[in-house]
Amino acid sequence: MTETETRLKALMLRGLEGDAPAYRAGLALLGTRLRAYFARRMAGAPGDVEDLVQETLLAVHLKRSTWDSSQSFTAWAHAVARYKLIDHWRRRKIRQTLPIEDHIEFLAADEPEPSVGIELDRALASLPERQRILVSDVKLTGLSLAEAGARAGISEGAAKVALHRALKALAERMRRADG
Amino acid sequence: MRTDDLINALAADGAPVRPPPRRLAAVAAAGALTALVLVLAWLHPRHDLGQAIQGGMFWMKALYTAALGLAGYLAIERLSRPAAGGRRGWWVGGAALALFAVAGVVQAMGSPDIQAALHMLRGHSWHSCSVNILILGLPMLALGLVAVRGMAPTQPVAAGFATGLFAGGVAATVYGLHCPESTFTFVALWYSLGVLLPAALGALVGRWVLRW
Repeated sequence: MTETETRLKALMLRGLEGDAPAYRAGLALLGTRLRAYFARRMAGAPGDVEDLVQETLLAVHLKRSTWDSSQSFTAWAHAVARYKLIDHWRRRKIRQTLPIEDHIEFLAADEPEPSVGIELDRALASLPERQRILVSDVKLTGLSLAEAGARAGISEGAAKVALHRALKALAERMRRADG
Repeated sequence: MRTDDLINALAADGAPVRPPPRRLAAVAAAGALTALVLVLAWLHPRHDLGQAIQGGMFWMKALYTAALGLAGYLAIERLSRPAAGGRRGWWVGGAALALFAVAGVVQAMGSPDIQAALHMLRGHSWHSCSVNILILGLPMLALGLVAVRGMAPTQPVAAGFATGLFAGGVAATVYGLHCPESTFTFVALWYSLGVLLPAALGALVGRWVLRW
């Protein structure tokens, strides 16, 4: 389990330095852990698990600068997941308390199958067309930002800015989805 | 959407990230500058500024309010990250406040009679001091809340309070260029109140604003 922290931290550190494949692998590994974490706590609403995984991954990405890399990555990601879960319950007016739990448990290795998230698509559909197409191109067809930008008729720099804005807008819309 | 697709999109977004200390430093710089402009254009610096900066009390005041601002910074630098508390900042702030409160009481007790003590407490500007500090701190409070919202505070009320303390401390330090008061008694009451007002406002607003 601490081995997961070691792997995860190494991948995220490399990812933050601009190593995109390592970053992708780190997020994927974190995604499986998040899925297990939420699945164990959301037995009543399994349909929401993937939405929460995705909302949390978005937050992890957008808030990554607040991770102090001299600290445990797992502890940080756990706190983000916990915040998102409590916020989800608050929005749905579910009265639940989350016991203080250990990060070790956060890393527990059961791996439920991923399903398809719904909220993110809903949020995506509400974005301006240009941002929506950009996100779709980058995520689905695996186009590089430069290629996706060219298809949208904008420079790579502008595509960068647009993608970042789109992700921030997605995070905000998911957060407000059932507010 | 499949989570793998989302991860692809996230990996494609390499927008540079600025760690909290750098963002907060930018907030402090902008906040101090705004407060300075307000002091120059609206309140005007005290007439005896040249003389005052040679005296000890001018710097004691500045040191005190800067310590409160530093306390706010220390707290928010931690509170803007998940899974961290602001304890170190609260200690620094509490210690500075206690020190000045004691100095203020001792100075007031040393005055010949109650009238003199009250005079010291009211100074010449008790009615405007705290409110002026609050006003000078508002721009930085707003900037700070926006910046902290972009980070990841998980305790919105405490984070809002710390942001306000940070803004109030910086604003009060700049306010020292205008304010001619020079007793511990006055500063311990009205300056402290002036710094705590934006902090309280930050806590109040933070509850709603600092969600992500």
